[in-house]
Amino acid sequence: MIRELGFIDILYLIAAMRWTLALTAIAFLGGGMVGLVIALLRVSPALPLRWLGGLYVHVVQGTPLLAWLFVFFFGLSIVGVEVSPWIAAAAAYSIYAGAFLGEIWRGCLQAIPKTQWEAGASLGLSLTEQMRYIIVPQALRLAIPPTVGFLVQLIKNTSLAAVIGFIELTREGQLTTAVTFRPFTVYLIVAALYFALCFPLTQVSRRLERRLHVAR
Amino acid sequence: MTYSFQFRDVFAAWEFMLDGLVLTLELSLVTMVSGLVIGMAGAAGRVYGPSWLRAAIAVYVEVIRNTPLIVQLFLIFFGLPSAGLKFDANTAAMVALSINLGAYSIEIIRAGLQAIPRSQIEAGQSLGLSGVQIFRYVVIFPALRMMFPALASQFVLLMLATSVVSQISAEDLFHMASIVQSRTFRDFEVYIIVAAAYLVLAIVFRLLFAALYQLVFARR
Repeated sequence: MIRELGFIDILYLIAAMRWTLALTAIAFLGGGMVGLVIALLRVSPALPLRWLGGLYVHVVQGTPLLAWLFVFFFGLSIVGVEVSPWIAAAAAYSIYAGAFLGEIWRGCLQAIPKTQWEAGASLGLSLTEQMRYIIVPQALRLAIPPTVGFLVQLIKNTSLAAVIGFIELTREGQLTTAVTFRPFTVYLIVAALYFALCFPLTQVSRRLERRLHVAR
Repeated sequence: MTYSFQFRDVFAAWEFMLDGLVLTLELSLVTMVSGLVIGMAGAAGRVYGPSWLRAAIAVYVEVIRNTPLIVQLFLIFFGLPSAGLKFDANTAAMVALSINLGAYSIEIIRAGLQAIPRSQIEAGQSLGLSGVQIFRYVVIFPALRMMFPALASQFVLLMLATSVVSQISAEDLFHMASIVQSRTFRDFEVYIIVAAAYLVLAIVFRLLFAALYQLVFARR
């Protein structure tokens, strides 16, 4: 039944943002863990490990996120695992975010001059100690602006989870459209809500980056 | 539980997939050209234009870059008809992707334009070049060369993002894959093949862009 688009629908859309944020948080956590491993593989002294990390990044960055969502949502059920949209989305987004965060963090690790490693070695620190006490603290500072920037990409891309029936902001917009038949207004509101989430983060990322350049 | 993979039915539907692949390529190429044109014109307006134009372009870039592509698609395909503008799915896809890529290109090319030293432009002026000549030879060419890697990776991401247009029933590779899936019920096989196809496309595009760079920009 078609009914008027009311204030309550807008409240529902705003409420659906919590699932967008929840999925972003899960993706960032999962992707962060994967990304950490990938970044370490990519800077490891052993060639096969570097190669493995590179292969992972190339494959994931060369395939659409949509394909990963479908593979996990439809694909895992064939091995007898009943997959909810939550699990499929969490797995697909962790894989996806892991590749991009891994590349970002690798760049930050490699931006630290080689002399810093050597200084650590000459103080008698082991390789892990050099990493832990000298390289990572410096790389962390470099990593914050691009990581916040990627967070914006992640928030926007959680909208794709709507296609496997994960109810977040975009899916709620589709459902609202179906009952009110006001697609233009509804999707305009949805877009505005995404903008309200992403734009402040974009600004923060930009400001942090500028401060970093001044500090150096 | 054991599962036997059966690719035969999926491969038997290769003609569907090929049709989809052709549209994916068409969408990617058209969007790359229009995105580049929007990017160059927009970046020039963003840097050298009057202040109202600069503000308008900045708003366009920020709005597009801070909202999801799928919502932009829905707005154009489902929303605009109620405002009297009706597209078929393939055209809507092309319009939405161009608008989307245009915003990212403007931001990338703008960074390139702003990296051109002021003294270069002054050198052009002192040689008696006109404004258009300065833009053509002194500004845009080096700017594009500088930003080529960033543009190329944005274009590859765009090619992958075209898969989203399947959600408004544009008949691209991904859409065709879901048709094959609904006929064969071979979910896993279909999406693995599609993922592999996109991977091959991404590699081919990266190689082509590297060749293009050698052809156009490499110093001889």
